[in-house]
Amino acid sequence: MSERLLMKGNEAVGEAAIRAGCRLFFGYPITPQNEIPEYMSRRLPEVGGVFLQAESEIAAINMVYGAAGAGARVMTSSSSPGISLKMEGISYIAGAELPCVIVNMVRGGPGLGGIQPAQSDYFQATKGGGHGDYRMLVLAPASVQEMADCTADAFELADKYRNPVMVLGDGALGQMMEPVTFSKPPVSVSELPPKPWATTGARGRAPNIVNSLHLENEELEKLNLRLEAKYRRMKSEDVRAEVIDCDDADVILVAYGTMSRVCRSAANMARSAGLRVGIVRPITLFPFPSEILSELAKKGVPFLVVELSLGQMVEDVKLAVNGASPVQFYGRTGGFLPTPKEILARMESVLKDRSQAPCGAVPER
Amino acid sequence: MTRVFGRPAALADVPTHYCPGCTHGIIHRLVAEAIDEAGVLDRAVGVAPVGCSVLAYNYFNCDMQQAAHGRAPAVATGIKRARPECVVFSYQGDGDLASIGTAEIIHAAARGERITVIFVNNAIYGMTGGQMAPTTLVGQKTTTSPRGRDAALAGYPVRMAELLAALESPAYIARVSVHNPANINRAKRAIQKAFEVQIKDQGFGFVEVLSSCPTNWGLAPIEALKWVEEHMIPYYPLGEFKTVEGAG
Repeated sequence: MSERLLMKGNEAVGEAAIRAGCRLFFGYPITPQNEIPEYMSRRLPEVGGVFLQAESEIAAINMVYGAAGAGARVMTSSSSPGISLKMEGISYIAGAELPCVIVNMVRGGPGLGGIQPAQSDYFQATKGGGHGDYRMLVLAPASVQEMADCTADAFELADKYRNPVMVLGDGALGQMMEPVTFSKPPVSVSELPPKPWATTGARGRAPNIVNSLHLENEELEKLNLRLEAKYRRMKSEDVRAEVIDCDDADVILVAYGTMSRVCRSAANMARSAGLRVGIVRPITLFPFPSEILSELAKKGVPFLVVELSLGQMVEDVKLAVNGASPVQFYGRTGGFLPTPKEILARMESVLKDRSQAPCGAVPER
Repeated sequence: MTRVFGRPAALADVPTHYCPGCTHGIIHRLVAEAIDEAGVLDRAVGVAPVGCSVLAYNYFNCDMQQAAHGRAPAVATGIKRARPECVVFSYQGDGDLASIGTAEIIHAAARGERITVIFVNNAIYGMTGGQMAPTTLVGQKTTTSPRGRDAALAGYPVRMAELLAALESPAYIARVSVHNPANINRAKRAIQKAFEVQIKDQGFGFVEVLSSCPTNWGLAPIEALKWVEEHMIPYYPLGEFKTVEGAG
């Protein structure tokens, strides 16, 4: 039986995590994600779980390391400056191959930045972020429903790969209220698959060690190669993107999260004006839907990448397209969201450039 | 024939990387004996720090996690909150616990986490080659205080046991030394108590152990033990700073 509830995005994350079997949450207050720890502090004790407000984001992520290493489904959440503090811990978690979920409700930066929505943590989320050669699997929801769905999936993917998974939202998604349906029955914690590698006390078996230190060159390279194989497997098994009306498009918008919603409105406006506009909305930012984009690029159709940053995901789009068709960029920062009209105007100029310039020779911005 | 002395079950039968004359070996043994005697080896989970004892996960014969520099009390918190039935301990040096990890140790103690912390204070950064630690004594020469620690520049060494004993939550706080057999016996008793307050769910247990570093102090092992007695103990007084009723 499914339940339909009206919830804030941040609350949907909390409820979805609990339904996914998360019984431990470690966090530290920062705007605009405070509803997540607040929700967890209220709900977790009701289901026999533990909410703990850590002394810092650094402590919180290391508590996550300990709990994940002990085999529990565990989550932390923060927003950009706090996520930067967690990066050391995330690197260790990736190195020790521990499954956990980290939510980033992105706000503008750099530094203390602002508290309005942004997508300026794309590089940090998808390219490693902390030190060393590692990746997180990154999910980018675009609605409150998807905030819930991506959070639930994040726990499954984390366990599947023994890897940290990030849910990358933004201030707008966290604060907005929309209906959410929890269609799946809650996960029974006792029925989750066992984690024989976890530190649960060495009863009747050899001790388990959770560790990221490998002083021998051979051992460390072996770890790095194993991680790389894992990331390749993510690319072959878990790429997700929504592709809308791209078959006969004159121009294709590429956007994720909140920005993709504005692009949808812009595409509708454009269609009523006779323009054929497609949309590619990456849902996994790592692994990135490169093959979908490179296939579409074969037709030579121009891309317009729209982000709440001055151009981060656009680099991955260009890598995927690899010169096969023009890629242009439009973005706003500081907490501003481009309006559908702004995007429409930009699309029109992309098409105008297209009629004047040969493929691949379009100016960048 | 009766066997009167052997390797504790909680200590793995492997060579360690510690320098000759270093007292980490003694402290490892005391921790292992405490685990054995409490009968908790099969539910013990240890947390190794960054520093000389970074490889402690190879030396204790129980489940272990290796933590980022200074974060062992947070990692131990995560383990204990996930697995309250486990007996969780961290083993940390003075750079790890008293410098980069001060926030984590203070707040784990303030929350009264049911964990046991073994804090090995040798007044220097050993693993990185003998730099000044927060616990380095005034006047003590290190590679980053080549003219001796200058209080006007670097302040005074931090007394962690006293600092943590000022908090309301901790159940057991003590400072011991392992420079001679009598003190080793006292250290053993303190470590046992620090585990017992966890096992009895009485609260946070912490033992600071004064330790020698012959290599980085530039002293022969026996001189180094003398240096603990003559220079460290006067600044770092031994004793129990906090106990709960019925502890130990």
